[in-house]
Amino acid sequence: MSGAGVAAADGAALAAIRRVGAIGLFFGRILAQCLPALTRPRVVIHQIYNAGARSLIIIMLCGLFVGMVLGLQGHDLLARFGSEDALGVAAALSLLKELGPVVGALLFAGRAGTSLTSEIGLMKATDQLTAMEIMAVDPLRLVVAPRFLGALIALPLLVAIFNIVGLFGAQLVGVQLMGIDSGAFWSQTQAAVELDDVYEGVIKSVVFGAACGLIAVYEGYHAAPTAEGVGLATTRTVVTSSVLTLLLDYVLTAAFL
Amino acid sequence: MRPNRALEIGTGLFVLLGFAALFFLTTQLPGSGLSLGGVTGYRLTAKFDNVGDLKTGSPVSMAGVTIGRVESVGFDPNEFRAVVTMRIDTRFDQIPEDSDASIQTQGLLGGKYVGIGPGGSETYLKDGGQIEFTQSAIVLESLVNKFFANFAGRAGESKQDDSTSESSKEGSP
Repeated sequence: MSGAGVAAADGAALAAIRRVGAIGLFFGRILAQCLPALTRPRVVIHQIYNAGARSLIIIMLCGLFVGMVLGLQGHDLLARFGSEDALGVAAALSLLKELGPVVGALLFAGRAGTSLTSEIGLMKATDQLTAMEIMAVDPLRLVVAPRFLGALIALPLLVAIFNIVGLFGAQLVGVQLMGIDSGAFWSQTQAAVELDDVYEGVIKSVVFGAACGLIAVYEGYHAAPTAEGVGLATTRTVVTSSVLTLLLDYVLTAAFL
Repeated sequence: MRPNRALEIGTGLFVLLGFAALFFLTTQLPGSGLSLGGVTGYRLTAKFDNVGDLKTGSPVSMAGVTIGRVESVGFDPNEFRAVVTMRIDTRFDQIPEDSDASIQTQGLLGGKYVGIGPGGSETYLKDGGQIEFTQSAIVLESLVNKFFANFAGRAGESKQDDSTSESSKEGSP
């Protein structure tokens, strides 16, 4: 019994290691196809539209609410120390460095990552990828790499928009609702936020975009070619992307501090 | 893939919006952010004994109005003093030669800035000029230390006085 348990755990550990290796190798193969994929900009633009423009509304809506919650919570917290004027700094730094990239990436995995996985998975289930290979067209170049690039380009832009809308939401609650002085809000923010803080958020969002895009196309490309397989792959995309985003967030934050 | 007008317009708008947001974040949000149209203004330097936590991009102000920003904070190994290079807007090109510069604090715990007090000279500082009269940052901790040292010293003295006067009283009758 225990022997079987150990063997099963052994198998699970080996499967996990194998999965990490497979994703890494797949990443290398996609990277090799990125430049050739860029020679067909129209395909990449289509993917930026699918991954980016169609996620815009949900990103803006969530950004607004995250910012407004930051405004309320930040005001409550800072009022205990009598420094409500620092709300702008608190909101801007938390949005730029953490909430923007992380919440943006989590939403992106749910909104765009899943649709990438199911699209590629369904193409595989209906033998479209095999048909391409028969016609000597590399599906990695025509299908996978443009989708990866679309995610890589779309997420940083989405996160920047998320940050702006979030800051507007925090301003809305702090200044309009709680009566913080508008001048103090913005001048303290401008005095405290450094260019490095902005860069940290941008670098994080680029890394998260690559991670979410990679996981989404990997799961789709390696999905079992059945209805159930595509469903399972979609679930795995959300779970793996979310965990990977938070893990990478810790690593990047530790590297920047 | 056939061209699709709505798709291309949608993507274009999204990308433009994204870059506008990035542009705002990098140029408008940080006070020390990327400045557009190259660097304008002229340079002044000043040497301080202690600059506190003055940083690149901290404001330089005169009568409370920001007239420039700190470009760099360096160190002079010969004099053991900090060299602050400031970039002053060309609109404010009539700063008297004998003006003084001091490191001040915004609010009780706010950031440091350079305050320039005007002198009375008729000649004005030019590009590359140096402000001779400087006053260092007031370090709050050393101020508090001094205050308590004084306070404790005085308290000790007055106690001694009391005890001596009491003993003399006891001894007198």
